[in-house]
Amino acid sequence: MRYILPVLTVIAVIVGIWYAAAVWMNAQWAYDQAERAGVEITFTEMAAQTMQQDKPVLPAPHQVAQELWKTTGAMVLSGRAFSKRSLIFHGWITLSATLLGFAIGSVAGIALAVGIVHSRVMDMSVMPWAIASQTIPILALAPMIIVVLNSVGVQGLLPKAVISAYLSFFPVVVGMVTGLRSPDAMQMDLLKTYSASNAQGFWKLRLPASMPFLFTSLKIGIAASLVGAIVGELPTGAIRGLGARMLTGSYYGQNIQIWSALFAAAIVAALLVALIGLIERVTLKRMGLAR
Amino acid sequence: MNKSTQPVVIQAKNLDLTFQTNDGPVHALKDVSLDIGKGEFVSFIGPSGCGKTTFLRVMAGLETPTGGEISVNGMTPDEARKSRAYGYVFQAAGLYPWRTIGGNIRLPLEIMGYDKADQAERVKRVLELVELSGFEKKFPWQLSGGMQQRASIARALAFDAEILLMDEPFGALDEIVRDHLNEQLLALWARTKKTIGFVTHSIPEAVYLSTKIVVMSPRPGRISDVIDSPLPPERPLDIRDSPEFIELAHRVRDGLREGHGDAV
Repeated sequence: MRYILPVLTVIAVIVGIWYAAAVWMNAQWAYDQAERAGVEITFTEMAAQTMQQDKPVLPAPHQVAQELWKTTGAMVLSGRAFSKRSLIFHGWITLSATLLGFAIGSVAGIALAVGIVHSRVMDMSVMPWAIASQTIPILALAPMIIVVLNSVGVQGLLPKAVISAYLSFFPVVVGMVTGLRSPDAMQMDLLKTYSASNAQGFWKLRLPASMPFLFTSLKIGIAASLVGAIVGELPTGAIRGLGARMLTGSYYGQNIQIWSALFAAAIVAALLVALIGLIERVTLKRMGLAR
Repeated sequence: MNKSTQPVVIQAKNLDLTFQTNDGPVHALKDVSLDIGKGEFVSFIGPSGCGKTTFLRVMAGLETPTGGEISVNGMTPDEARKSRAYGYVFQAAGLYPWRTIGGNIRLPLEIMGYDKADQAERVKRVLELVELSGFEKKFPWQLSGGMQQRASIARALAFDAEILLMDEPFGALDEIVRDHLNEQLLALWARTKKTIGFVTHSIPEAVYLSTKIVVMSPRPGRISDVIDSPLPPERPLDIRDSPEFIELAHRVRDGLREGHGDAV
């Protein structure tokens, strides 16, 4: 509780900077309007005007908040939660691709890590490709994935999930390889004195030792998945999903819509990371790894 | 001098071990020969780099000698390990933080395929041996360092190995805890009649515990003296003030100094 004041202070500072930036960036349009109308406006009048433009360069925080409420809570209250104008609808489209991609990426990442840790050949042959895969900008790759999959008749959810998986498998591979290798030489020697098999070493030592590493990389992975799903919605000129909202927003100069979609994405990401954090706490506690 | 009439369980003949490192070969063991009789408590003492830990690891089959012969229970160390001839205690307790104390002691039993009822019984018995009854359901972090090390000894005792190899098990503990554990270890040795190989760099610890003290010296690692202890098997802590104890400690110290040459 004693952290509430400092935390609120930081939020207040950020919102303050945002408002100041909105005044500064939207001022030109306000002055231009006044000039066209042939009137002089004071600074106060200008500032008030920058808070309520229809197409601001930078929307003010309350405008974004209003738009968010209008497209989520208000639509739920009027019983149109899954209408095409609702961010809940678009959010769900993106979220479903995110979750599917995250599941594929995590399973693939864990499987690759197990292979890499147990096979020198895989370590030398797969790891460099995994690293190389992440050096290609996803914006360049996403359209190709969509086009290629479309040409074999795969559309909709799966192509986006593939892009999500492409981004999320990497942190999982790296984290799991580190985690599976985290037992020290003494731990490995101890198992050797029991003549333990590789499989026993994996299930009894390596896997449980890797759990804290796994959860850290899953948190990075799920955030990357969401980015992947949004990026996957851009090149098709998609009409559904948070990415599509950002895209149409930019076509029609609807900056308020772009910002509210951005915030919706950020909120979804925060919730997903928090959910994994919760699973992490429960799991590690049950394992006795957290006190 | 009491010549051991017990059968020999560990026999090393002209052992050599050279590690190839980036700085050239390191001669960890040179011409090491030693017999350890059944039920003996043998300490290996010497400065770091004298090969005492390496020697213990060779006995356990964790290192392979580059020359000479070693047999454990008449077998190679690898065969001996597979027949569960020894339990090994490391410098750190190395308990799995995600397992309870009982779970940690069950680890070797699970790996070796003991049935559930047998596991439970053995855990109970060895916890009693190291005076940790009642701590079975605790996690390692809930125990002090000394208690954790006792749990790791219990883990090494759980599968009835006849030989206990201990690599500086109390090295990281403070003096008072160490005294207490030494006393307990002697009691445990008297009760279980195990053969114990014990690496240490503490002279009082070696003299207090051992029936045989093997003094080693570095570069190349070799045995410079083997001392059969004249102390009685019953050893209260204050035996360390007796003239015999002090004389023995002197001899060990002289042996160490000699092995060190003019380096000290």
